[in-house]
Amino acid sequence: MTATQEPTQGEIGRDRRRKEDQRLITGRTRWTDNITLPGMLHLAMVRSPFPHARITGIDTSAAKAGTNVVAVYTGADLGESQGACINAWPVVPDQVTPAHLPMPSDRVAFAGETVAVVVARSAAEARDAAELVEVDYEELPAALDLKESAEAHTNGGALAHPDLGTNVSAVWRFDSAEAGTGGDVEQAIAEARQDGIVIEREYRQQRLIPAFMEPRSVVVDPTGEQITMWSATQVPHILRFALAATTGVPESKIRVIAPDVGGGFGGKLQQTPEEMIAFAVARKLGKPVKFTETRSESLLTAHHGRDQWQRLTLAATKDGHVTGLKVDLLADLGAYVAIVGGGVPVLGAFMFNAIYKFPAYQFQTTNVLTNKTWTDAYRGAGRPEATFAIERLMDELANELGKDPLEVREMNWIKHEEFPFTTVAGLEYDSGNYEAATARAKEMFGYDALRAEQAERRSRGDKVQLGIGVSTFTEMCGLAPSRVLGSLNYGAGGWEHAEVRMLPTGKVEVVTGASAHGQGHETAFSQIVADRLGVPFEDVEVLHGDTQISHKGLDTYGSRSLVVGGEALVRAVDKVIEKAKPVAAHLLEASADDLEFSGGRFSVRGTDQGMAITEIATAVFAAHNLPDGVEASIDSEATYDPVNFNYPHGTHLCAVEVDTETGQVRMRKYACCDDIGNVINPLIVSGQVHGGLVQGIAQALWEEAVYDENGTLVTGSFVDYLLPTAADTISFDLDHTTSPATTNSLGTKGVGEAGTIASTPAVVNAVVDALRPYGVHDVAMPCTPERVWRAINTGGSGGETTEAAAPHFDESEGAAQ
Amino acid sequence: MTRINLTVDGQSVADDVEPRMLLVQYLREKLGKTGTVIGCDTSNCGACTVHLNGRSVKSCNVLAVQADGGEVTTIEGLAGEDGALHPVQEAFRECHGLQCGFCTPGMIMQTVDLLAENPSPSEEAIRLGLEGNLCRCTGYHNIVRAVQHAAGTTEGASA
Repeated sequence: MTATQEPTQGEIGRDRRRKEDQRLITGRTRWTDNITLPGMLHLAMVRSPFPHARITGIDTSAAKAGTNVVAVYTGADLGESQGACINAWPVVPDQVTPAHLPMPSDRVAFAGETVAVVVARSAAEARDAAELVEVDYEELPAALDLKESAEAHTNGGALAHPDLGTNVSAVWRFDSAEAGTGGDVEQAIAEARQDGIVIEREYRQQRLIPAFMEPRSVVVDPTGEQITMWSATQVPHILRFALAATTGVPESKIRVIAPDVGGGFGGKLQQTPEEMIAFAVARKLGKPVKFTETRSESLLTAHHGRDQWQRLTLAATKDGHVTGLKVDLLADLGAYVAIVGGGVPVLGAFMFNAIYKFPAYQFQTTNVLTNKTWTDAYRGAGRPEATFAIERLMDELANELGKDPLEVREMNWIKHEEFPFTTVAGLEYDSGNYEAATARAKEMFGYDALRAEQAERRSRGDKVQLGIGVSTFTEMCGLAPSRVLGSLNYGAGGWEHAEVRMLPTGKVEVVTGASAHGQGHETAFSQIVADRLGVPFEDVEVLHGDTQISHKGLDTYGSRSLVVGGEALVRAVDKVIEKAKPVAAHLLEASADDLEFSGGRFSVRGTDQGMAITEIATAVFAAHNLPDGVEASIDSEATYDPVNFNYPHGTHLCAVEVDTETGQVRMRKYACCDDIGNVINPLIVSGQVHGGLVQGIAQALWEEAVYDENGTLVTGSFVDYLLPTAADTISFDLDHTTSPATTNSLGTKGVGEAGTIASTPAVVNAVVDALRPYGVHDVAMPCTPERVWRAINTGGSGGETTEAAAPHFDESEGAAQ
Repeated sequence: MTRINLTVDGQSVADDVEPRMLLVQYLREKLGKTGTVIGCDTSNCGACTVHLNGRSVKSCNVLAVQADGGEVTTIEGLAGEDGALHPVQEAFRECHGLQCGFCTPGMIMQTVDLLAENPSPSEEAIRLGLEGNLCRCTGYHNIVRAVQHAAGTTEGASA
């Protein structure tokens, strides 16, 4: 990748190697599972093999007699001490939300749910004894299929929670005509049916598993005045709140530490049953306990992601100008409404219109409970689903028109000079330049040459066809303005906190409420502080992930750490400088008005007198000579609440070769130009993009969490859940254009999720593009060789998406397909 | 219990172990060598890769008793006694070949073995040589660059 942003004199924009790496490359990392405490006991979970069953009896006697077994507890034994797993976002006031006990005592609602916990002196002995727990189940009908489950209350189908009387947790809707942000979508569709183009499609977002590399682990130490929990979590602050709120233990008596955390991708933003059970057991026994899941347990019970059916209607004029978009989702929540839960599809509500100027828009999601693993945020959370749908539809529109997909997009996107732009979904996009990003991506990709090769291969009937896929994505990130969250009924705010401590030796400690798990905050935040405070990069220490050190924070997810947490940091640094100024004036015997701060020094204008801020820190520590009424501290903190989301965008181009005889898809080239505003560290940014791309590509080509008809997860190990390897992937061509964000002082936009959001439709569009001559208009994800081969040979999508037209479709008039 | 004697990161060690104990469990639980980690239970992920008698093995796939009499090198024993990083460790840092770092010990140990066998691998050979090690963060792009950098076949990180 070649950054257009050259390293400046300062730290910002410099490709610093990461501070984090020394410990990680030498094996001196503190993963939660590495922690061993005196007398520590180990937990093993006894899990339900059935997706839905009544627990009619649990016999723990044999397990209790196991070697070195200390205790065996059921849900009844722990009772209210286990607290509850919370949903932070009831998306509608009357949301149907089943109670979620960490360890239920009467009924299990998905295969893998914990019904008993064994405590033993070693992990191996705990697991041995877990095999000896006898549980009697009475199987209940299980709600498994998403579409069937959505209808169960009307036809007597299986209910995930029989007492609730329905599987529909919530129906959430946005309509531009009702909101006053646009026109009437039904009218737009009706007009297009008369004299335009209507594209109607149904797409499947398969169920995915975040599959972070470090399995979840939790250690609880109840000795001492505060109960300490170490957990492999993205959200130590939220976890602490949830522990206190649901167990009655005062928040001030709980310390949560997220030490080194091995990836998350949304998968570790949960308050998990395992954390709650470990907390309860440690309190009950008064001894430190540890639980580390196996990979199979992780795949089975850590929350899953995506899992939607998308019914889509796009209306356009005959010449291809879009006039309306109607989105009707079914979203599978799994067995419980997770912490963000039904909010995930709602996060997509504002993004289906993407970069295009739709005059009318309607979005509806029906959130459905089933007897499968609960779902929640997975990298992108709502926005990949939206981007996939709209970018697939724009390719379909281009095909219908017989035009180049980039040309049709350009006809409809927001022009550079139209920013800031208020969308039909009511968001104000602050900045962007789709023309520039697209031009650069085309250049890197060699777009025209690849189109020529495609035409040549088609004309000679090559058995290996070339497909070119486009994705001109945008996303909303930097979660989130608290007022917006409040208006959406989210249970918390979206601010972030930072603190800067000026140590007497001239070193600087920075405390952030963001909680990194691979992102490189220690490096990037050091660069920000070093640049603004004028101290050496090496002298900045970033502290995070411990609620006793970082007492306030809202953690890391939603591409928020830099754009929200980084801005909090900027403001805390500015306060330090402001507080130091009167001290500097006093010590320099000058007027504060005559001081200027630059390069870490206060200097008296027009003289050679000056003083470093680190010298002021030392003087303040001694406090021998401070101005009257000035406190002996220049440490500062700031809490920043963003005024808007921010809107990274980019143009992603993918070329694939499809073997039409075997259905094998091979990645040929992938080029992308992302505009994420100003870049703090281009090396870290490139890593975020690369990793994001592969997760998105993996959804397109390889990954799917599959349940059988008995509600058993059959992709419960890395043998079956197909994570890509180095041999499956290729090297990428990256570049950036820069349209600084106007809503934060660094001009940055989020990048953590961009690659994942953008890449999935680029790949599927490429696969479909390769197969257009065969009459193929869709291939269901993941585009396995079998599905591709079937699509070629049947003309369908090769999988499930051929079934069931959406209720608002008029089959007789539907265009295309 | 079975008595085993072996050398781990240059140190002679002896212990009584259960016959079922895996080498990775022995390293972590008995020796405190927590630099070597466990990422799966089906020997797919390679996070636990160490060297046994000079070749890379997935230490979840070897019993501790099988290492009896052997010589084991973990990520913790790779740097020089003076703390100087091994060139492969240095290359992973230089090329941003890691993010969360959980797969990194295994990735580095596998790379060392790969380069010992083929000092100037092509990109394809690197990708095939690392096929048994999963990474969820980097998309492998910068891991491949790191291996090339260590092999001296590229300039290193591209930013």
